[in-house]
Amino acid sequence: MITERCVIEIDGLYTRFGSHVVHEDINLCVRHGEVLALVGGSGSGKTALMREMLGLDMPAQGTVRVFGEPLHGHDRRMLQYLRNRCGVLFQNGALFSALSVYDNIALPMRELRTLDEGMIRDLVMLKLKMVDIAPMHATKMPAELSGGMVKRIALARAMALDPELLFLDEPTAGLDPVLSDGFVKLIQTMRRELTLTIVMATHDLDTLVALSDRIAVLAEQRVVALGSLKEVIKTDHPFIRNYFFGERGKRTLGNIGNSYGG
Amino acid sequence: MPQDQDSIFSMVLRRVTGEDGAPRLILSGSCTLTTLGNRMQTLFSELVRYAADPELHWDLSEIAQMDDAGAVLLWRAWGARRPRHLTVRPEHERLFSRLEKMPPPPPPVSRDWLWPVTVLGKAVFLLWEHFIALVLLSGQLALDVKYLISHPARIPWREISANLYRTGAQALGITALVGFLIGIVLSYLSSRQLQTYGADIFIINILGVSIIRELGPMLAAILVAGRSGSSMTAQLGVMRVTEELDALTVMGIPHSLRLVLPKVMALGIAMPLVVLWTSAIALVGGMVIAEIQLGLSYNFFLNKLPDVVPRANLWLGLGKGVVCGMVIALISCHFGLRIKSNTESLGEGTTNSVVTAITVVIIIDAIFAIIFSNVGLK
Repeated sequence: MITERCVIEIDGLYTRFGSHVVHEDINLCVRHGEVLALVGGSGSGKTALMREMLGLDMPAQGTVRVFGEPLHGHDRRMLQYLRNRCGVLFQNGALFSALSVYDNIALPMRELRTLDEGMIRDLVMLKLKMVDIAPMHATKMPAELSGGMVKRIALARAMALDPELLFLDEPTAGLDPVLSDGFVKLIQTMRRELTLTIVMATHDLDTLVALSDRIAVLAEQRVVALGSLKEVIKTDHPFIRNYFFGERGKRTLGNIGNSYGG
Repeated sequence: MPQDQDSIFSMVLRRVTGEDGAPRLILSGSCTLTTLGNRMQTLFSELVRYAADPELHWDLSEIAQMDDAGAVLLWRAWGARRPRHLTVRPEHERLFSRLEKMPPPPPPVSRDWLWPVTVLGKAVFLLWEHFIALVLLSGQLALDVKYLISHPARIPWREISANLYRTGAQALGITALVGFLIGIVLSYLSSRQLQTYGADIFIINILGVSIIRELGPMLAAILVAGRSGSSMTAQLGVMRVTEELDALTVMGIPHSLRLVLPKVMALGIAMPLVVLWTSAIALVGGMVIAEIQLGLSYNFFLNKLPDVVPRANLWLGLGKGVVCGMVIALISCHFGLRIKSNTESLGEGTTNSVVTAITVVIIIDAIFAIIFSNVGLK
């Protein structure tokens, strides 16, 4: 289902924090239907780039277009329409602590004002089922939940409006290996049912290998490699060597070595 | 609204008669939340009308895209079960099988008719809990002071000095402004009344006693409770949220010694000074108006003031300052340490802290008024 069409287009993007340059002339296209993983060391600006794709931060220079529309336009309706087509899973969940689990997921649906309460109830229960949360937890407050549950509920909220474009910031950070595998499976299932475009920032090699179609490696303020895992690991760059062929990398890549032909 | 190529068609319903003569409803296009948008309600009632015919053959195989919202729309129109004749694509089949297995929503919490009693009881217990915790905290502080007397090198001077600056020096501006304005208002109103009796000279007695004994300390205490009290509670609360308090505990640095005691001591020192400052500025405000309204010269006002206001009033005002300052810091820290790590609790804790601190300050004032009713008044 991957097409050549760009869902997100980044053109000549520069990011600066004061005199500190984070990105220098980044050009990137996120294709419709693919999972693009952003990889890079700490401080390489993965999260900064993602925040710019979301329109939370303004790049110092360059443009970001989502669904062909500039993110800093002035048409309110247009921006709202774009927002409704994007779902975001924040690193720490960012559930509203004043609202119950149920209300957290129902909030984006209620904001649409086209769904009635009965339909919202069915949809919320469906989303909770999707992320494997028992209905008895629906009335709980976020403060009463464990980290893994917060993450899954945050995913349910991100998926509340069945977005076409999903942003995942460190989706499996802070989850135990079992939960994190479950999380990966969950996203794979969702991709089978819906045409989802996913942009994901991650450190976790397992998640990266299991989910991503293409990988963009950020280092030295630019995208040093872009392509499938196979193509990326062929690139000769110190960061890629350390990342993929360090102790951990060898272990992970070794396990799946067969499927990549060694 | 701009649309992409494959989500361009919103859902279209087409009723045809099949080769076998049975009625068929062919749904095509895209059945997703974004494409349906505002059509949701009208489409629902239309679908319900079709669903009334049990023999209708539902053909969903031409639907290109369907998401949860689209599936739920159909599912609800069908009355939460599959229609007798249904053709659906395998990838959409999964949506409906999930809907079939959907758990019922949790039952709403039943209403408890005893809630007035429960609420009252809980409030009383909470009050008792606060009282106990405050006593515990004060006791802990007393132990800390004893420890510091035997280990003077461990006195947290830097923290005390920082708090002194924040709660004292930085509060001078706002207390001066409020004090000055209150002095003006009080002096203006009193002088108008006194003029009618020709008792102009008594303005000095009224201003002197009321400001030095009562208004100065109270104004300063209420302002500081709102200003420094809330910031102390919020600071400790955020430290709880960011786990800084836990980090201190595991390093073996006691909260009471390094966080609470410096605040209590600093406010105990800063508060009487702020009281002195507020009273002085309020008197200046009153003096200015006395000059304008009644023609009492500044010199006369200042010379007469010590004669008509017994010195005990000044000590009483400063004493109130010390007690209120320490109590405000203690209450703020108590509420700050109780905050749980969520935003709701942070806001609630800060509000409660300020409200309690101001209430307690006024109660302390009333207690002072009763105990010292024979002191400093002619």
